[in-house]
Amino acid sequence: MDISLLLQFFINGCMLGMMYALVAVGFTLFFGVLDVIVFSHGDSVMVGAFAGLTFYLLGVYAVPGLPVWASAFFVFLAGMAFVAGAGMLISRFVIMPLRAAPALNTLLATMMLGTVMREAVRLFFPDGSNPKPFPRLLPDWSWKFGDVLLRFDNLALFVAGCLLIVGVAMLINHTRLGMAIRAVAQDAEAAQIMGVNFPLIVLATFAIGSAVAAFAGLMNGLYYNEINFNLGLLLGAIGFSSAVIGGLGNVYGAILGGFVFAFLQVVGTVAMPFSSAYKDVFAFGVVIVLMAIFPTGILSERQSQRV
Amino acid sequence: MPNSRDFLRCSALAALLFTYIGFLLGAEEELSIAAYLLCGAGVVIALVLFDVFSAIERLVQANETFWQVLMLAGTLALIAVFHQDHYTLFLIGTIFIYSVAVLGINVQLGYAGVINFSGASFFGIGGYTAAVFLQNTSIPGSLTLPLGGLFAAVIGSLLLLPVLRTSGHYSALVTMAFALLMKVFLEVSEWLGGPQGLSLPPLEFMGINFAEDIVIMGKECSFYVKYDMVCLALLVLAFVFVRRVERSWMGLAMDAVRIDETAAACFGVNVTRWKITAFTMGNFVIGMAGALYAMMLSYINPSNFTFSDSLLFLSILLLGGIGSIWGVIAATAFMVVIPEKFQVVQEYRYLIYSAMVLAMILFRPSGLLPRKPRSYAMGGRS
Repeated sequence: MDISLLLQFFINGCMLGMMYALVAVGFTLFFGVLDVIVFSHGDSVMVGAFAGLTFYLLGVYAVPGLPVWASAFFVFLAGMAFVAGAGMLISRFVIMPLRAAPALNTLLATMMLGTVMREAVRLFFPDGSNPKPFPRLLPDWSWKFGDVLLRFDNLALFVAGCLLIVGVAMLINHTRLGMAIRAVAQDAEAAQIMGVNFPLIVLATFAIGSAVAAFAGLMNGLYYNEINFNLGLLLGAIGFSSAVIGGLGNVYGAILGGFVFAFLQVVGTVAMPFSSAYKDVFAFGVVIVLMAIFPTGILSERQSQRV
Repeated sequence: MPNSRDFLRCSALAALLFTYIGFLLGAEEELSIAAYLLCGAGVVIALVLFDVFSAIERLVQANETFWQVLMLAGTLALIAVFHQDHYTLFLIGTIFIYSVAVLGINVQLGYAGVINFSGASFFGIGGYTAAVFLQNTSIPGSLTLPLGGLFAAVIGSLLLLPVLRTSGHYSALVTMAFALLMKVFLEVSEWLGGPQGLSLPPLEFMGINFAEDIVIMGKECSFYVKYDMVCLALLVLAFVFVRRVERSWMGLAMDAVRIDETAAACFGVNVTRWKITAFTMGNFVIGMAGALYAMMLSYINPSNFTFSDSLLFLSILLLGGIGSIWGVIAATAFMVVIPEKFQVVQEYRYLIYSAMVLAMILFRPSGLLPRKPRSYAMGGRS
C-alpha cells in the first residue's frame, strides 16, 4: 500500500476521531456529574444537524444576501444554542426525576427518549425519512500534496473541533463553573454543603455537553454533505463506546477513546478492503475485547469498593 | 383444588378476561378497537382505585394452579374461536414466542441482574441456526429448536468473560456492542443471505406438514393452529422452567447476586457461577424462541434482529414488571397486538412505544404487574 493512500486514511481517521471525541465528551461529562448514561446524546447530535439545516434555510429565507461565512457562523451558534436548550430540558424533565432509579431504568429511559427524538424528526420534519443534503457552508479550497488531497473545510473543522475541546477543558479545569462541576462530580452532597447550586450545575453541564454534541452533528453534516434522521443511533453507540473505552468520567479518556475507535474503524477498512461494512464488526469486536482487558476503561483510576 | 366459591370466582374472572381479549382480537374497525381499549383501561383503573385489584391478586395467588389451568384453557378456547383466521392466529403465535424470549431475558436481568442489550441478537442466532440446519441438513425440524438454543448459548458464552469482568454501564456496553456487531455481520455475510436473509423449508414434524391446513373434528383449520400449538407448548415449557428456577434455591441464589453482589459473596454464594448460569440459561431460552419464530415466519432477515428489537424485549420486561412472569406475558400481548391492530398508528408505533415506556419508567417504574416479594411464612410461596 502506498504512502499517500495511508495518509488519506489518516486524515479520514482524524476527522472521524474528532467527531467521536466530541460526542464522547458529552457522555463522560454527564456521567461525571450525575452518574448516568444519557443514551439520547447521539440523537442530540442528530437534532443539532437538523437544527443547523433549519436555521440555514431560515437564514437564507430571511436575509437573502447573507455572506457564506456569516451564515456558517449563525448556523453553528444557533444550532448549538438550540441543542443546549434541549439538553437542559432533558436533564430537568427526564434525567433529574430518575436520579434515584436503578441505572438500567435511566439507561432505558434515555434510549426511549432517543427513539422519541429520532422518530419525531423522521415523522414531523418535512420529508424527514429521506437523507437530506447539507449545505456547503465553508469554501471548497483544497491543497494537493502529491496524491494527498487536503481540503480546507476538513482542516477548518478539525481545528475548530480542537479549539472547542481545549475550550471545554479550560472551562472545566480553570473556571469557577468548572470547579463546581468537578466538585459535583466528586461528591454531589459535599459540593452542596459547600454552597454549590446543584440543579444549576447540572443544567450547565447538560448545556455544555449538548452544545458540543450539536457541533459534532454540524461537523458530521459538513463532512458528509448529507444528514439522516438515523445518524444518532450509531454515533451515540460509538460515542458511548469511546467514553467507556477511555474510562467514564474522564474527559481526556473520552478524547482518547474517540480517536481509538476511529483508528479501529480505519484499520478495519484497510485490513478488510473486500467489504467496508466489516469495519464496524471489527471495531465493536475490538471494543468487547478491550472491555475484557480493561473492565473500567483505559484511563480510569483503580478503585476498590468499600463495603 | 379450590373451594367452590373461589372456583366460581376464578372461572368468572378468566371467562371475562378471555372474552375481552377475544373481542379485542376480533375487532376489525379502529374505532371499536379504541373503544375496547378505553373500556379495558377504565376497568383496570377502577379496579385499582376501588382496591378490588389487590383482592383479585390475592384470589389468584391462593388458587395458583387452578388459575394457570384456566389460563391455558382460555388460550386454547381463543385459538379454537379464531381457527380459520390466519392473521389472528399468527398474532397469537407471535405473542407466545416473544413471551418465551422475554422470559429468557427475565432469567438474566430479573433474577441474576445480568444486563443483556443483545436479546434480539440471540433470538436471531436461534433463527439463523434453524434456517441453516433446515436448508443444509436433513435433521428433523423438532431438533432445530434445541439446536437454536444451544448455538445461542454457545455464542453467548463468548461474551461471558467481558460481561463478568465488567459491571454496570460497562457491561451494558459489551452487550450493546455485540448487538450492533451482530446486526452488521448478518447484513454483510453472504453465507447467511445478506440483507435478503434466508428462507426456511416448511416444517415437518412427526409426519405432520406444518404448511398445510388441517381438519380437526370436521372443521377446516388454518395451518397456523399447528404453529400456535407448538408455540404454546414452548411457552408452557418456558413458563414451568422459569417458575421452577425462580422458586428453587437457584432463584434464591440469583436474587442474592442481583440485590447485592458483595453481600452474596460474603455469604458464600458463588457470584460468577450464578451469573454464568443465568446468562447461559437465558440465551438458551431466547435461542429456542428465535428458532421457532424463524420456522413460523418461514423467512428471516437481519431487520428482525436489530438493536431496536433488543430494546423492545427489554421494554416489554420493564413494562410488565422485572421478574414477573405473568407481567411479561401480559406486556408482550399488549406490545404485539396494539400496533398490529391500529394500522393507522403503524407509522407512529415506535414513537408511541417509546413515549409509553418512557412515561412508564418515569411514573410507574415497577411495571404493570410487579413481582411480589418472596414470602417466607410457613407454607408460603414466592
